[in-house]
Amino acid sequence: MDEYTSSELVSIFAMQGFAGISLFSVLLLMALGLAIIFGQMGVINMAHGEFMAVGAYVTYFMSSLTENYFPSFMPYYFIFAIVAAFIVAGILGYLAEFALIRHLYKRPLDTLLATWGLSLIMQQSFRTLFGAREVSPALPDWLLGSYQPTETIDIPINGMFVLGLTAVVTFAVFYLLYRSSWGLRVRATTQNRTMSGAVGINTKKIDRYTFALGCGIAGIAGAAFTTIASTGPTTGTLYIVDTFMVVVFGGAASLFGTIVSAFSIAQAQSILEFFISGSMAKVYTLFALVLILMFKPEGLFASKVRR
Amino acid sequence: MNFVYEKLMGGKQGFFGFLILATLILVIFPVFLDIFRLNLVGKYLTYAFAAVSLVLLWGYGGILSLGQGVFFGLGGYGMAMFLKLEASSAENTKIQSTPGIPDFMDWNQITSLPWFWEPFNSLTLTIIAILVLPALFAFIIGAAMFKRRVGGVYFAIITQVIAVILTILIVGQQGFTGGINGITDLRTLNGWDITSDNAKYIFYFLNAFLLLVVIVISRFILTSKFGSLLLAIRDKEDRVRFSGYDVSNFKIFIFSFSAMVSAIGGAMFTLQVGFMSPSFVGIVPSIEMVIFCAIGGRMSLIGAVYGTLLINFGKTTFSETFPELWLFLMGGLFISVVMFFPNGLAGIWNDYGHHITDRLPFGKKPKKVESTQSVEEKADESTA
Repeated sequence: MDEYTSSELVSIFAMQGFAGISLFSVLLLMALGLAIIFGQMGVINMAHGEFMAVGAYVTYFMSSLTENYFPSFMPYYFIFAIVAAFIVAGILGYLAEFALIRHLYKRPLDTLLATWGLSLIMQQSFRTLFGAREVSPALPDWLLGSYQPTETIDIPINGMFVLGLTAVVTFAVFYLLYRSSWGLRVRATTQNRTMSGAVGINTKKIDRYTFALGCGIAGIAGAAFTTIASTGPTTGTLYIVDTFMVVVFGGAASLFGTIVSAFSIAQAQSILEFFISGSMAKVYTLFALVLILMFKPEGLFASKVRR
Repeated sequence: MNFVYEKLMGGKQGFFGFLILATLILVIFPVFLDIFRLNLVGKYLTYAFAAVSLVLLWGYGGILSLGQGVFFGLGGYGMAMFLKLEASSAENTKIQSTPGIPDFMDWNQITSLPWFWEPFNSLTLTIIAILVLPALFAFIIGAAMFKRRVGGVYFAIITQVIAVILTILIVGQQGFTGGINGITDLRTLNGWDITSDNAKYIFYFLNAFLLLVVIVISRFILTSKFGSLLLAIRDKEDRVRFSGYDVSNFKIFIFSFSAMVSAIGGAMFTLQVGFMSPSFVGIVPSIEMVIFCAIGGRMSLIGAVYGTLLINFGKTTFSETFPELWLFLMGGLFISVVMFFPNGLAGIWNDYGHHITDRLPFGKKPKKVESTQSVEEKADESTA
């Protein structure tokens, strides 16, 4: 570290920090969906990464559609792609809940195995539909390029866009879960299913829409993901473990904890990455997480509920 | 005699099951398969070690480890390191810039043997390391987690992360571990050519024999008082704790034991296949081992072996002819087993098998020897 001057170090931290922010955004979007599914419903959704890939593929599909048939629409398609990614992933999540998950609420470890089976099927479907090659959508021009506040600092615009998107989604999820009457019913159902049923909440319907919402958010994560990397059939599996770590580390039922943990994990990894190799940065980050979780098994911000 | 019959074999049904399995792998396979196929079966049977260990850990203990690949890999790497050192004697590697160290170290500009490779010069120390290190590693993880009452889902996720860490570490530290290619070009064991047909037969039988021994020991554990406690812990952990037992010690023991069993499988894998690579360590192989166990029946030691054989035969056959279909089939199989047959093949046999055995001349209605219910109760427990 000695060969860098202090001003260079500041720039390095700023730029790696912004690189970390792209990672943070995708991790947080993934984790928000998973925090709802895993944190609220207790379902270990191993196919969550594949729902993200669904979002990414939908974005890719939309971009090639626009490119070929409505080239003049190019600058605006991305917004619609995000919405489409949310809807398609949400519908698939709804179907998965209906066909699979609802039979397994009493066996959380089995949801892990069943959703792993689901993820295998989804991966093979991507391979059959879109080919084994990695694809990336053509991004609109306004997402490319970068912003330079000083000579040494260089901030990509897509990173800032994804950050803004993440902020909007996070706020929406917060509002939906903690300020709307629907969110009240979701939280009631997850805390005490029988009691909620007794006071007239349709718990089955709540479950289905909650799961669909979680998957839909994963779809948005996929759309955001296309701006920073290309998508292949196995892209989802690369992020699933990290996402689970974000949710567990933050404290499964805490939205604020999820944000803090996504931020610290992404930043730790991306700043370390500059000084040591990328793989070792990941090893140290994950190892530190495992150590912290051994001393604080309930995560950073555990909800203070007596169980 | 009665001790052997009841405790080691698990009564009449267990004894017949064991006998059939032993005949199948010790007599029928060697007689009817050529050495190439037999070697392949031997490879599958090494996964069966991990599957059997998961029956103990997951089926009976209710602890789902998604890190059995870690222990399988540690065992496999232990054996591979010994064989590699033997293959890299000074005269075999005299073209390298530093003779006497494994070739991949030389490629990565490492000039002396790292300290943790030194013990693997000796076969005795290697065997001890294969048996002790994974168990010790499991002990540390288990002690840290179970003493703090981390269990269920969280344990599964943390073991999975450990599998990821180890894989990245092995791939990243190419100079010390051989990287993504793993440790290859293993030829001799104490001067004896392990690639010859003769050696392959011997390793196959050694492997099959060890697997049967592991099943007998596991059966002994399960039929002992410890086995009943394990089931009790799975079903109502709090009640066992309130009865005055230190639950965590039992969990730590069974986790360490299962790690040791998986490691034996890994070591036998290296001997029979002739290499070891990180692709047998990470998340995917670890979950596949859980699949083998689930398909065979998470409550049946012998079922787990059949599950392993069945899935691997299916994988080899299908992925050769219809590579596209295999993942669909595997995913579908997995979902259907979890949803419709939570006790796997063994569960189906227990439910319907008596229709067949009743018609046999010596057949009587078999008693259910293993509890097949309370899977759902267990789940209630871990959500609470």
